[in-house]
Amino acid sequence: MSASAARPSDVLPGLGRKIGSLRQERRWALITAYISLVVAAIVMLAPPFYMLITSLKTSAEISNPVGTPWIVRDPTLANYTALISDPMFRGFFWNSIIVTVLVVAVTMVISVLAAFALARMKFFGSQVLATGVFLTYLVPDTLLFIPLYQIVGGLDLLNSKWGLVLVYPTLSVPFCTWIMIGYFASIPKELDEAALIDGANWMQMLTKIFIPVALPGIIAATIFAFTVSWAAFVYPTAFITRPDEMPLTIGVVSQLIRGDTFAWGQLMAGALLAAMPPVIVYAFLMDYYIAGLTAGATKG
Amino acid sequence: MALDATTALAGGPMTPAGGGTLRRLARRRSTIAFLMTLPLIAVIAGLVAYPAGYAIYLATLNRRMTGFIGLGNFEILLESETFRMVIWQSCFFAVTAVILKALFGFWLASMLHHIPTKGQRIWRGMLLLPWVVPPALSTLGWWWMFDPSYSSINWVLTAIGGPAIPWLGEPWWARVSVILVNVWAGTPFFMIMYLAALKSVPDQLYEAAAIDGATGWQGLRYVTLPMMRNIISITVLFSLIVTFANYDIVRVLTNGGPRDLTHVFASYAFQVGILSGNIPRGAAVSLFMFPILAGIAFFVLRGVTQRNKEMA
Repeated sequence: MSASAARPSDVLPGLGRKIGSLRQERRWALITAYISLVVAAIVMLAPPFYMLITSLKTSAEISNPVGTPWIVRDPTLANYTALISDPMFRGFFWNSIIVTVLVVAVTMVISVLAAFALARMKFFGSQVLATGVFLTYLVPDTLLFIPLYQIVGGLDLLNSKWGLVLVYPTLSVPFCTWIMIGYFASIPKELDEAALIDGANWMQMLTKIFIPVALPGIIAATIFAFTVSWAAFVYPTAFITRPDEMPLTIGVVSQLIRGDTFAWGQLMAGALLAAMPPVIVYAFLMDYYIAGLTAGATKG
Repeated sequence: MALDATTALAGGPMTPAGGGTLRRLARRRSTIAFLMTLPLIAVIAGLVAYPAGYAIYLATLNRRMTGFIGLGNFEILLESETFRMVIWQSCFFAVTAVILKALFGFWLASMLHHIPTKGQRIWRGMLLLPWVVPPALSTLGWWWMFDPSYSSINWVLTAIGGPAIPWLGEPWWARVSVILVNVWAGTPFFMIMYLAALKSVPDQLYEAAAIDGATGWQGLRYVTLPMMRNIISITVLFSLIVTFANYDIVRVLTNGGPRDLTHVFASYAFQVGILSGNIPRGAAVSLFMFPILAGIAFFVLRGVTQRNKEMA
């Protein structure tokens, strides 16, 4: 950047001073940028950091703070071991895993099949359906949780994780279908023609060409489905009141809060453990994660 | 496309002369396509369209769900002081939070865009973290940071000579706290969207503007913003929907208190419908969101269609 800015001064020596000030301006811009980013990073990371610090404290240290609460003087893993050996907490984890795995699988089957049909096979009503998918994506879960509560109750699935498996697809399917339509539509038509000439049927075309070629999109959609089912909060809060059927989010929020007994360390440890899976996925697959995030508006 | 040829090529041997119209129908493209979209249609119809209709029906019933009372629930709600507060608080919360998220997001995106590409990854990775943690769980952390007697934020404030703030105890501060947490959690989304948009503005445009003597501010005003207009509006509208319908933060942080003054539509609907057991009235509270959401959705859809046309 600065190299190309310096070049005109060789040609026009009179411009030298102006270029110099330009370069200084650039440097100030860079310094401002770094200062902003450092401040932002501190603000963004402070809550998780403080949660970590608290989770390493004993209840005694939490209830008698000496000096700054932002550091831990007597670190202990007792909060974590207590949680991990607690069958109720392990149950939350297990419920979250079952629900999330099933929902991700169901979501991907539904949305890949539908996206393939919508992207490649123009049929009666396909345009309307694609718009419908997008509109459903815009329906927030808090708009329909009360009728769904009645419906799930009518199916006798309240207080059961199967009820969650039934309703979570409303959170994940529309967006996953929508971004998969975008990814599939960007695959060149020549590829399907070649496959058709070689005698592939629609199913083979999907499994042998579309899924491998659109794999980044499929990973992004899978991550999205995983994240929303893991983080879902409204539905489990409304549908589940029995601790043994609770997934992590509501389990941690409702069961680990114990009055004023300074169980803060354990509560924070529980929240961090519960937040771990999405954070780990994000750490390893950041690019796919971001691709999925931006795909909603940039693709499709 | 060349479907008939395909059938002849691939399915030739399997189609005996009198194969029957049923099998031909099953092999037709639109039939296959319909079968492939059937699960999706089932989800949309059974879990979105049907509940939406059911919600309208529920909202017209009395508390015991035994009698039809028309718009009675809506009238009662509109007459209640608390619910008018909820409307006001929801709008105030959503508009303020979205504006702040958009401004901070844009600021951070342009700062990130400024620094060398090599370093962007690590910063982006750190700044996106609040978006990755499930909001209900990160809000727990904030709740603890706002704790009246052990607030770590107040410790910092008093350390630099500021006052201790009653974060969740006093209505206005409670509102500020809810907005603060929402802005914290939502800014990364804006940052990522705007960064992607900034990267898509061709450098030649800035060079041309610089040659014409544009200052940095003019470059922003006449090059960057017009090029990003569509993404900015889609992101803002989308976030407006999500923020307006937010539940997690209010539930964990204030649970509507103090004195029901921080309730938004979602948390109030939950309170009335599930906790107090007045399902019809809870459904009516949720339905109040519908016209606003539908209005926003209309503009989002228009923005996305426009964008597709531009990109096509």
